[in-house]
Amino acid sequence: MSGTDINDFAVANLSRRGFLKGVAAGGALLIAASWGARDVFAEERKYGADGMEHGWVDDPKVFLALGADGLVTFVCSRSEMGQGVRTSLAMVVADELEADWAMMRVVQAPGDEQRYGNQDTDGSRSMRHWFEPLRRCGAAARQMLEQAAAERWQVPVGECRAELHKIVHVPSGRSLGYGELAEAAAALPVPARDSLRLKAPERFRYIGKESTRSIDGADIVNGRAVYGLDPRFENMLYAVVARPPVYGGKLKALEASAALQVPGVVRVVEIAGSPLPSEFQPLGGVAVVASNTWAAIKGRQALQLDWEDGANAVYDSVAYRQAMSAAAKAPGKVVREAGDVEAAFAGAGRLVEAEYYIPHLAQAPMEPPVATAYFADGACEVWAPSQAPQVTRERIAERLGIPFDKVKVNVTLLGGGFGRKSKPDFILEAAVLAKEFPGRHLRVQWTREDDLQHSYFHTVSLEYLRGALDADGKPSAWLHRSVAPSIGALFGPDPRHENAVELGMGFVSMPYALPNLRLENPEAAAHTRVGWYRSVSNIPHAFAVQSFIAELAAAAGRDHRDFLLELLGPARKIDPHSLGDTWNHGESPTLYPIDTGRLRAVIEEATRQAGWGRKLPRGRGLGLAVHYSFVTYVAVVLDVEVRDDGTLVVHRADMAVDCGPQVNPERIRSQMEGACVMGLGNTVVSEISFKAGRVQQSNLHQYEVARMPLAPKTIAVHPVRPTGEVPLGGVGEPGVPPVGPALANAIFAATGRRIRDLPIRDQLKGWREA
Amino acid sequence: MITLNLNGKDHSLDVPQDMPLLWAIRDVAGYSGTKFGCGMGLCGACTVHVDGQATRACVTPVSVAVGKKVTTLEALHADPVGQALQAAWLELGVAQCGYCQGGQLMTATALLKGNPNPDEAQIETAMAGNVCRCGTYNRIRAAIQVAAGKLRESRA
Repeated sequence: MSGTDINDFAVANLSRRGFLKGVAAGGALLIAASWGARDVFAEERKYGADGMEHGWVDDPKVFLALGADGLVTFVCSRSEMGQGVRTSLAMVVADELEADWAMMRVVQAPGDEQRYGNQDTDGSRSMRHWFEPLRRCGAAARQMLEQAAAERWQVPVGECRAELHKIVHVPSGRSLGYGELAEAAAALPVPARDSLRLKAPERFRYIGKESTRSIDGADIVNGRAVYGLDPRFENMLYAVVARPPVYGGKLKALEASAALQVPGVVRVVEIAGSPLPSEFQPLGGVAVVASNTWAAIKGRQALQLDWEDGANAVYDSVAYRQAMSAAAKAPGKVVREAGDVEAAFAGAGRLVEAEYYIPHLAQAPMEPPVATAYFADGACEVWAPSQAPQVTRERIAERLGIPFDKVKVNVTLLGGGFGRKSKPDFILEAAVLAKEFPGRHLRVQWTREDDLQHSYFHTVSLEYLRGALDADGKPSAWLHRSVAPSIGALFGPDPRHENAVELGMGFVSMPYALPNLRLENPEAAAHTRVGWYRSVSNIPHAFAVQSFIAELAAAAGRDHRDFLLELLGPARKIDPHSLGDTWNHGESPTLYPIDTGRLRAVIEEATRQAGWGRKLPRGRGLGLAVHYSFVTYVAVVLDVEVRDDGTLVVHRADMAVDCGPQVNPERIRSQMEGACVMGLGNTVVSEISFKAGRVQQSNLHQYEVARMPLAPKTIAVHPVRPTGEVPLGGVGEPGVPPVGPALANAIFAATGRRIRDLPIRDQLKGWREA
Repeated sequence: MITLNLNGKDHSLDVPQDMPLLWAIRDVAGYSGTKFGCGMGLCGACTVHVDGQATRACVTPVSVAVGKKVTTLEALHADPVGQALQAAWLELGVAQCGYCQGGQLMTATALLKGNPNPDEAQIETAMAGNVCRCGTYNRIRAAIQVAAGKLRESRA
């Protein structure tokens, strides 16, 4: 790294503690706590970044270094997995610093939340939690440079102004470059927070503009970018692991002699599993350690293994679906209720019923899980593509029985994350194995088969809905039963019910104006590791709710868009807590109410851009869906052709997005484009299923994902600017949920066929004959 | 010992004949731009050029490449077509996580070398074997067309 040491930039006159806010009590099990065992809502609530473990930091001493050569090094503490966070956060700092973008460099922080604040890169919250702290960070550094120049010139600081990497003395026109001031500025105290002068938004140079390029783009296209499988060390070892095929299974017998005969194989090592629930612990199994990856793979093929499957060997996706369907037929735990649905059903003009099935999915990031570890002298260092370096560090320390400060977690670029890399089981495997080979770097490489068969799968879900239309065709009652195993089962005794976070993902938080409504959550047991997948429970909830509204509209003989807008009711700001959503994506209900006016605006924009209402031939249709998630509003219209042979062509996607103020519009568009493609893949081709407790898909020929022909010919992203001041929303995830139902609704418009079972695959074959 | 001509340089590698080219390039020769994605030739992340042909290195035994010229992403800039594609990739901001993009670029380069004026359908056919989980396909399609246009201009 060029430039002065990170620690030298500023001598803080405030103690580190003075910069820290929201340092939560309650120890290391934050994720476990918020997902299961403890009721996070029982305590006094903190919202936004204040509610995250270790909160936020805005100290330029922590995040910035300025060299005598003028290069600015920004330490990015959030993980980059394609959402552009390294670029977008650097834009925020550079703007307030009045830095020249060409002089910005980004280095990645290791896992150290005591120093950097919360580093869990998930929940689409990097920008909304870090925008203000990093503005302050940049502004503080800028004011220190102004102060240094003022002292150099012996002029009042008010006469000095930062302007694109130099400080100008306004009355005389003299200027000094940032590099020339670096040393003097570093010796100054960090200005107090209440003395910071933030830029007026109209003076933003990078924020909200298209003027910057990805900080990692050139490295990516030239093969220099460093991902999890790229750090290379002398004399390193490579391992692959044979894991129990059933969640909770154990090794019964091992015969390793043939494996040990494979040239390059060094040793075969057993890894202990963990009792269920296994949280982030390795699944256990047998590692083959070798001098290269191929030898390890061949060695693993030569292992003779016998497994004790355990209780989850019963898991069978066909039977489980039937069980979920049966559960949905009976009353379940009521999670929200208004009016009297039974009375309304009894007096209804028309009843509509539907059952939707949304299967397990695997994140399948292009980079399968991989990590390198080194252990020597009671200390462990790892290099890993992690979305959660802090919990990784904690679990390694616990598992190896070494102090927390003897563990270092270096975060590489992630070759995709999508939630998979929030769980450090694969990094723990590397650490456990490295301890067996002190003084040598050891990489654990997951194959694609490992990834698809041992993921933390997106939940499987069955959603049952019953609705009533009154004599005027207006919806008068709504019953929704959501059945899905919970992520909470990773962290404690299986709760068998969706937790507050899952319920708050578009189920209890649905904002439609229905006089009689009941939402129920019948029991469902988890038989595999269920985990976060980009946009999580919003996927099944949005699919069911948005499909069903279209079904009701069709039953009423109404235009879907008009019906949807009417159901939304008048523009109003709803306190999510009043709906029973105590979570609200971790944000304050006052700052982030559910604003039906903003939902309406994205529907109107997407449909306007798509030419809603235009006449299309049979076999072609427009489909609409809208969803609010991660405090962002997205509406999608898809223009879809269903060919005679049943294949789908998505001609165009119009996505209207209101994520509040936009920091990096170009990356917002790219995230929406990617969400559209991933949403189509989820809906059309992807499915993980189980038989005898085993995943039935092994590689990408069986677990299909979206390829280029499935991508819309055009994806048009339309930013919708809210009126009035609103805070920032999420971007990485909220594009996904409305895509699936928009597709199902477009297929209905094109063919009259209603898709209720995902994935669609060849369900449309023969649609014309029918 | 196997001699592998990699990016214009001969490398003597002590590897078995059946080791996939991917692992010989990565673990033994030490070039990391070529990525592992599936090990079955299903995703294209490992795409390299063997005598100019786009080749899935994860299912190609290293012995097949003996006596041939192997080119990886690290040397793509030396090729005018590769360079035009890299420039278009940056101009259009194609990459998200970027992990698959090396393979996408190698496949796209082979496409444009064989067909300087591909239409959309030809691009889709050529690129359908390369998976991008971030979903950057629209920009990949557009960037190939931009690069093809630039290359046509430079020839005119």
